[in-house]
Amino acid sequence: MDFARSLALTAPEILLSVSGLVLLMVAAWGGDKASRLISIAAVAVLTACAFLTAPTLWGQAMGAEVSAFGGQHRADAFAAFAKLLIYASAGVTLIIAQPFFDKARAMRAEFPLLVLFASLGMGMMVSAGDLLALYIGLELNSLASYVLASSLRTDERSAESGLKYFVLGSLASGILLFGMSLTYGFTGTTSFAGINAALSGGLPTGATFGLIFMLAGLAFKISAAPFHMWTPDVYEGAPTPVTTFFATASKVSALGLLMRVAFEAFGNQTQAWQQVVIFMALLSIVIGALGAIGQNNIKRLMAYSSINNVGFILIGLATATRAGASAMLVYIAIYVAMSVAGFVAVLLLRDENGQQVEAISDLAGLSKTRPWIALAMASVMFSLAGIPPLFGFWGKFVVFQAAVQADMIALAAIGIAASVIGAFYYLKVVKVMYFDEAVDVVKGQGEMSHTVLLVLSSLAISPLGYLGTKCLGTLADYAAAALFPVG
Amino acid sequence: MNGFLGTGFPILSLMLLVPLLGAVACLVMPREQARSVALIATLIDFVLGVILWANYDIGGAQWQFTESAALFAGFSWKLGIDGIALLLIALTVFLMPICIGASWTSIDKREGEYYAAFLAMETLMIGVFAAQDIFLFYIMFEAGLIPMYLIIGVWGGADRIYASYKFFLYTLLGSVLMLIAMFWMVNEAGTTDIPTLMAYNFPAQAQTWLWLAFFASFAVKMPMWPVHTWLPDAHVQAPTGGSVILAGVLLKMGGYGFIRFSLPMFPEASAQFAPLVFFMSMAAVVVTSLIALVQTDMKKLIAYSSVAHMAIVTVGLFAFNQQGLEGSMLIMLSHGLVAGALFLSVGVIYDRLHTREIARYGGLSINMPYYAVFFLLFTMASIGLPGTSGFVGEFLSLLGIYQISSWVALVCTTGIILGAAYMLYLYRRVAYGEQKNADAAAMPDLDKREWAMMIPLAAVVLWMGVYPESFIAPMRKDIAALDARLAQAKPKGDAQPTAGQGTSGKPMANTHEAAHGEAH
Repeated sequence: MDFARSLALTAPEILLSVSGLVLLMVAAWGGDKASRLISIAAVAVLTACAFLTAPTLWGQAMGAEVSAFGGQHRADAFAAFAKLLIYASAGVTLIIAQPFFDKARAMRAEFPLLVLFASLGMGMMVSAGDLLALYIGLELNSLASYVLASSLRTDERSAESGLKYFVLGSLASGILLFGMSLTYGFTGTTSFAGINAALSGGLPTGATFGLIFMLAGLAFKISAAPFHMWTPDVYEGAPTPVTTFFATASKVSALGLLMRVAFEAFGNQTQAWQQVVIFMALLSIVIGALGAIGQNNIKRLMAYSSINNVGFILIGLATATRAGASAMLVYIAIYVAMSVAGFVAVLLLRDENGQQVEAISDLAGLSKTRPWIALAMASVMFSLAGIPPLFGFWGKFVVFQAAVQADMIALAAIGIAASVIGAFYYLKVVKVMYFDEAVDVVKGQGEMSHTVLLVLSSLAISPLGYLGTKCLGTLADYAAAALFPVG
Repeated sequence: MNGFLGTGFPILSLMLLVPLLGAVACLVMPREQARSVALIATLIDFVLGVILWANYDIGGAQWQFTESAALFAGFSWKLGIDGIALLLIALTVFLMPICIGASWTSIDKREGEYYAAFLAMETLMIGVFAAQDIFLFYIMFEAGLIPMYLIIGVWGGADRIYASYKFFLYTLLGSVLMLIAMFWMVNEAGTTDIPTLMAYNFPAQAQTWLWLAFFASFAVKMPMWPVHTWLPDAHVQAPTGGSVILAGVLLKMGGYGFIRFSLPMFPEASAQFAPLVFFMSMAAVVVTSLIALVQTDMKKLIAYSSVAHMAIVTVGLFAFNQQGLEGSMLIMLSHGLVAGALFLSVGVIYDRLHTREIARYGGLSINMPYYAVFFLLFTMASIGLPGTSGFVGEFLSLLGIYQISSWVALVCTTGIILGAAYMLYLYRRVAYGEQKNADAAAMPDLDKREWAMMIPLAAVVLWMGVYPESFIAPMRKDIAALDARLAQAKPKGDAQPTAGQGTSGKPMANTHEAAHGEAH
């Protein structure tokens, strides 16, 4: 493996780290006044990285010729698909964070840098071809995320959410690390390909433990039940732009990592993890749906909704087929669009003092006072519930279709029947906005950039999104093919 | 398609597009103009519907006006109609302007959104009937929940929120399992094309499960007893226009689903489950008719009568013969007109007195003579008086089922007697007798707008009653094709004429009684 070639394959990561370090210097000398400049530069860097990554996806890159540093890092189509979503989410986070923190007078020069480093870690996660690369990427991302969660220093809830995230996240990292060491101990290698080869004959009990511990640690990162407890608190407490980041980029990277581990490292032992994933999927769907019913904070509701949606995504994983992997990617992409639309709509809700409105009861009659925001919010809710013709339906469509094609009809039937429970609380939000008498709490003006982002993301989840299904499906197929090199 | 429409002219897409554009226009227009926009859009669609019918080649190709565009992954934009779909589309575009008319003055808040929701409904309903791709059908079928949820919840009566939830969750739960069944079918048959799937022979064992999954959806939509309970709530709470469209078109989606999916795609399973359908329908006819008899709320009474009428539709469909199928289609069309007209009649007096309590009215034929005439006509049509649209369909349906099971025919025919009882009882209490309430006695007769809505409905009700051939002709060939498809699974009737043994001197009409002994 040529060293120069390895460097070329990791170009987006190198660009991110170098520019992150340079911008760190700018932050050190420029102080918080330079935060706007750093944000703009960071968005530019992310855009450049996206352009560097995109050809890999189009070129359907896979296999040995795109694996760098002795198989530690894979710049294949799968990684590219996930990275494009991560970079886009990070860019959106930066764009919405600037006005948000400006208003709270809490913009710090570190904020865009932390987002950049988190994105770097996420990129490494989804490109990992080795347990060590996996862990380094994960920790780089996690440490940055803990700080991001508590970035609104004057707000107690933000500090609390950062601390909770840190304590529970460290625990999960520890569990993951323990699972990795067991796996290493029983297979004698840390590379995914090596583990897969070592397990082709059978699964030793110790490696089973390793697998289960790793799944538990990763389930925490994707907030799948029964490891979801941190999600509502962290989502509620973290500043809304950071919550957006967690709901989009963090989700994409953790799910991408889970797919890499499941399909590449344990691809020969699918029956060992399928049962666990099915259990987690159904539990997440039900807990996400039931837990949301009593919530009155829109961000907590979105948190439970994310647990619920992860359940559906895991159904794609449970199929253990290429079609299932492709369906997961489609769902993830749509979920990112829905989350962006949802959280940006939340950001636009401000009362007359400019404070964020987060209580669902304060949204009463929003359709009369702010009809367009209410319409966007209603489309997000129906979309998350998976009601056609909104685009959220398409995610459920492909996932369940993959499950039926893999002959897992019972799983599909139970999963889709459980989705009706979820519809109940999404309807509740629509009911509050459309049927109840107006309380007229939402009075403040939103930011222009937020409005633009809301319009774009709402259009993506509107029925117009179906026009993109062909393109999205093809790209997801390219990406999924990279995980299943043989066929 | 020999008319002036070129073969490639996408008239169905246009019919979907017009209301959709209208809906967007209603949202952005000032509220005073929304209703005019809505009326114009629905009238344009009505004209297009007339053109569609005029250009429909009776006896020509089975699927006409077909269009296909591979726009999406996994399914395609594929439209086309046969005679059955043509009639239901015609019903939709005919009722829509009347719905808008019914809402003209009674809707006084958030008009833009109201008319937008209605126009979106129209697009989706036409889409359901015109879709030739199974997933396109599903999307249209399910999407209708959203506007209907909003119509009931925002503009409905006092208990609207409960009703809207019930409507949404009930029908959603019914439908999602159908989606899983569709995935299985597409996976098995390798196509999403409805005409191909209609001819595909699924393994008999799988048919059972598929049939049940589809049944869960269509039985709720239809609605069949005992999953009908969402209907009275939704009907009563919806505004008049919403009730008209619910009763007129939405209920027909269930019946259409049976005709388009359950019967041709799973003939064996349909035959296997026919007794279940008969049982549910017989129970519905008797139970809901009796419930209708004791209602004090006019809309609830008509809602329960809808369940009873739909039950006769289902027995006719599962009679597996041409009379039954044609009869069911005709009941669906007739019920669409008549139930719509009855809800409209209720709406007319509701707008004046703002109550649906039957006891608050009385003697309306004195101060509202013209209204009373129309109301009587629709009451009679609902009962199924010969000469009105109701008669033809019910007669054919019952004739069809009589060939299969005399008992089912017997029980279902009581529905007509009970129907006469509750409808005439309603009419007597509302239109005849003393004018016991001064405010009801002071109500003015129909105004011009109401005349304009009543006359077309009355005309078509009489037309369908006097010369039903106009409505049977477009679908005759399609029903015959369906009947031929079902022939392989046709259950044996219990009334087998025993030729040559009729020595006891019984007239032929009574032979079935002899056959009964062995059947039961």
